[in-house]
Amino acid sequence: MRVVGIETEYGIVDPDEPRANPILMSSRLVTACRAWAGEATSRWDYGGEDPLQDQRGFRRSRLGASEDLLTDASEFDAAEGRVTLRRRRGSWEDPAHLNAVLANGARFYVDHAHPEYSGPEVTGAHDAVVWDRAGDAVALASAARYAEDEGSRVELYKNNVDGKGASYGTHENFLVDRAVAFDDLARRLTPHLVTRQVYTGAGRVGLGQFGEEPGFQMSQRADYMEAEIGLETTLRRPIVNTRDEPHAARDRYRRLHVIIGDANLFDVATFLKIGTTSLVLSAIEADDERLDALELATPVEDVQTVSRDLQLRARLELASGESATALEIQRALLEICRSYATDAGDAAVLARWEGVLERLGGDLFSAAREVEWVAKLQLLGRLRARHASEGHPDGLPWDDARLAAMDLQWSRLGDGWATRLADAGQVERLASDDEVAAATTRAPQDTRARLRGGIVAARPDLVDAAGWSTVVLDRETDHGHLEVVHLDEPAAARHPLLDALIGG
Amino acid sequence: MAQLNAQGQPYEDDAPEPEAPAPAAATASTDALDDLLAEIDGSLQVNAEQFVRSFVQKGGQ
Repeated sequence: MRVVGIETEYGIVDPDEPRANPILMSSRLVTACRAWAGEATSRWDYGGEDPLQDQRGFRRSRLGASEDLLTDASEFDAAEGRVTLRRRRGSWEDPAHLNAVLANGARFYVDHAHPEYSGPEVTGAHDAVVWDRAGDAVALASAARYAEDEGSRVELYKNNVDGKGASYGTHENFLVDRAVAFDDLARRLTPHLVTRQVYTGAGRVGLGQFGEEPGFQMSQRADYMEAEIGLETTLRRPIVNTRDEPHAARDRYRRLHVIIGDANLFDVATFLKIGTTSLVLSAIEADDERLDALELATPVEDVQTVSRDLQLRARLELASGESATALEIQRALLEICRSYATDAGDAAVLARWEGVLERLGGDLFSAAREVEWVAKLQLLGRLRARHASEGHPDGLPWDDARLAAMDLQWSRLGDGWATRLADAGQVERLASDDEVAAATTRAPQDTRARLRGGIVAARPDLVDAAGWSTVVLDRETDHGHLEVVHLDEPAAARHPLLDALIGG
Repeated sequence: MAQLNAQGQPYEDDAPEPEAPAPAAATASTDALDDLLAEIDGSLQVNAEQFVRSFVQKGGQ
């Protein structure tokens, strides 16, 4: 049972005012989210963040940052469950960095120029789907509230590119055993991250970062991956990101931050993205040397090769000198991962993984109910074909604006074409609408998200701020200070002090 | 339609592939898709180009 979580940056547009400021809109959307949440919301606790720590063991220098800005320094405390005291600070909030910590344990906030939903910690792929879709529901509810309060509209897009060169991320986080050497982890995980696109890709019209070449590819993010390994997330993005900010006990855990993935509107894609990667990480933690045979000779180039290989035939050169297709590498990973299934959830992942690879290897479109890029390609192909004529037997060319528009509108929350396709019964759902609706206000019960979400739901009046590994309480006490409750064990869903407050 | 490379051109070696996917495989759900396609097509006749041009985002993570 691995603790995982998904973060989604949404594209944001005012359809009536395309030049509207996205930071301002995002900020107002977070305000609207708070209004939607009623009392049950809290500020973000910036006390425990350490964004400059690198997984490879060194730190970035804190260029130009003055001491009083570095609020994280005094908070570190390895003792479990301890409550430390913190002096009160001013409560001014930067409007460009507004946050709402929600009753479902998630964080909804402004990241760069996008609204972002960082889902709560969950265990397992199914719950990842549930709380990921809950994020879409929260974002939509916030947009509805925005329309009421602001008198203007805002549309949200769950995609990763604008076709003009900009990319924004959907990140996965996996809790990993600290004992695994990071270089081994990166080397052994890379073949999976490069080839899993065949079922995690959301599909994209346009090739190249600016869509400068007409065509269709599997993945939204592939053209933005420019390095094998590194700390960056906005420039020269790496296949394996090295940010070492565990938001948990540093001596025991890493938080692997995966930035290569697409935003997905298909449940099966999200389910496999989390489920398969989690199992491969189990194989890595077990030091399974079978993984070494799959090492790629040129992984950065291969990301793009796989993304453009709609027939799934391209052979990738392995470090061993042999070659394999993406599907062959995925099948080999599947066989290795059979050794690491520990519960029914893992078994469901393996079964789905095997089935989808089988369908992709046979009639591609038999996977259209599960694999997002295949469904998008199918719909685009039919749209093109509607316009076939003697002069244009292929129908619409790939650089026709209608295809680009359809691609963008595919991902619009609420009424986008992917949603409409699902409403028409053409997309397999793994989580019910009821499950998702409940997850907008209820946290997962088997991680520390239960404590964060629970206290925000039950006693928001006592919460000064909350973060991934802290809840800061503001109670009437003798000492007059804020109390920082440390939640350094992500899988610990109980805490004596918080349980008492939530229960009573 | 399965036999496309990224440029939308058929692969040259498609024809002899015995297991090549048949377009008919996707016809099970044709009716539901047809209705949706007609709607998509209709909505895109109007302002596709302007829509694409005005969809501009700032880079994120």
